[in-house]
Amino acid sequence: MSLFKLTLKDLQGKFIRGEISAVEIVRSYLLRLTQVEPKIKAYVTLRDKESLLTQAGAIDQSLRGWRKTQPLMAMPLAIKDNICTKGLRTTCSSRILDEFVPPYDATVMARLNTHQPLILGKTNLDEFAMGSSTEHSAYGPSRNPWNQKYIPGGSSGGSAAAVAADECVAALGSDTGGSIRQPAACCGVVGLKPTYGRVSRYGLVAFASSLDQIGPITKTVTDAAMLLNVIAGHDLLDSTSSRQDVPDFTKALKKRDVKKLVIGVPQEYFAEGLDSEVNGKVQEAIRTLQDLGGTIKEISLPFTEKAIATYYLIATAEASSNLARYDGVKFGLRAKESKELAEMYRQTRSQGFGPEVKRRIMLGTYALSAGYYEAYYAKAQAVRTLIQQDFSDAFQNVDVLVSPVMPTPAFPLGERLEDPLQMYLSDVYTIPSSLAGIPAISIPCGFSTMGLPIGVQIMGRPFDELIVLRVAHAYEQATTWHTKRPVIRS
Amino acid sequence: MGHISKSEVEKVADLARLDLTEAEKSLFGGQLSQILDYVDQLQTVSTEGVSLTSSVAEIQSEWREDVVVPGLTVEQALANAPESNQGLFVVPKILGK
Repeated sequence: MSLFKLTLKDLQGKFIRGEISAVEIVRSYLLRLTQVEPKIKAYVTLRDKESLLTQAGAIDQSLRGWRKTQPLMAMPLAIKDNICTKGLRTTCSSRILDEFVPPYDATVMARLNTHQPLILGKTNLDEFAMGSSTEHSAYGPSRNPWNQKYIPGGSSGGSAAAVAADECVAALGSDTGGSIRQPAACCGVVGLKPTYGRVSRYGLVAFASSLDQIGPITKTVTDAAMLLNVIAGHDLLDSTSSRQDVPDFTKALKKRDVKKLVIGVPQEYFAEGLDSEVNGKVQEAIRTLQDLGGTIKEISLPFTEKAIATYYLIATAEASSNLARYDGVKFGLRAKESKELAEMYRQTRSQGFGPEVKRRIMLGTYALSAGYYEAYYAKAQAVRTLIQQDFSDAFQNVDVLVSPVMPTPAFPLGERLEDPLQMYLSDVYTIPSSLAGIPAISIPCGFSTMGLPIGVQIMGRPFDELIVLRVAHAYEQATTWHTKRPVIRS
Repeated sequence: MGHISKSEVEKVADLARLDLTEAEKSLFGGQLSQILDYVDQLQTVSTEGVSLTSSVAEIQSEWREDVVVPGLTVEQALANAPESNQGLFVVPKILGK
């Protein structure tokens, strides 16, 4: 079996036992990348082949004699291109950062690097993570490995496509309103958004700071727990990172049932607008959880329908503030031939940002401007409190919530590009949990008649990733969806 | 609220330091109006007495010893600068003639 087909756990096992070398891993993945990357376009930047082989050779050399390895040593990973990697170009898929080479590592990278993984490259996203399809990337869209005429989802579409197409063994993404879970669902892989504060955001290029969170995109739930073990934890460099204890998340995987757990089904997530095939597959998943010993309980989250409006005011307001730093002075693009400073700011930003980023900066600036602040931004913050209250009320009576991840399977490239509001509506089931800051995972639960993957979402209490992972793992082990891989003709 | 006029588009673009083409002004004007119509549904929610959520994190002041820790060198900090000179960022002139 080709190495690139293995899960993180299996590849790690072979490497730790000394059955395979780091150089063999690199060679296998370089071959795979040559075969499928021209079709999938998951990456913005690929690591130089020679430097990968040199690093792998050094790892193998260091293990001669005494084989002392670490969990992610020599594991070929892909990193979303809005996570700063020291010395490796980090573009956010934006022209304005086209040549930006970070002088420092994000905290998640510093943590990963203590394990000496093989970072294969930086993956494509919607510019500054603003989008649901990767079509807003300045470098063009990534393709869905299951059908290259369809979106891979977004904004972490490159990471999800890379995992699904075996172009890396696991990846990091970031999620602001669904940007890990929605592409994971589109590509038939696992995507975990941890609790807000669980993982340091230091070095994650800021989009909406009260919502952004880094998390794993992997082939299995086990692999997601393994990656979370490494990236989670308090960081002095991020004042919003939590001091909550970090458990060993793989402990959640010991029980393979959901006995004694109450599984809530929020009726608002199964209302008008949900595709009947998606509904069918998610209902099947709920029945499987019942067979595994879970108690199913229908519940209500009444403010669900207000979540998209709330999100698009809060996220754009924060974005308009965060993106003010792109002014052509200290890093990034600078418009040439500007005669004075204010003109340089305007021309740099107008040339450097794509249409969706400009649209969101405009909306956020409007929502924060004098005369509209109370009616839009403050109102949205109040409704956010009500949405959060919905969840804390629900978790009085249930242990997890189960829902679809997105209302439809992946849609065709180009279908919603001209209609921003329609694009925003595809995030309807992922945005509420983002606003509440709770952990949520997307795992595969079937395919549409078109052969496109469908995902089911499991949401949990704040900092209760263990239960979310346990339920997801029990479901995964009872089904075979996670073993399916797309056939990509080279 | 709803419809956003061309002069409002221009005002917001100016606040956001964006130069928009005529085509962009008309496109964004229409799209922003559509989005604002959609978000107006929040006005139907009663939020009297509801506290505002700006973050879900339990943020507390962090205390640490006042010790020097390594940071970026001047060279590293300037490495991505579009223009620099003698350890400084260079910008176009700030004041008019």
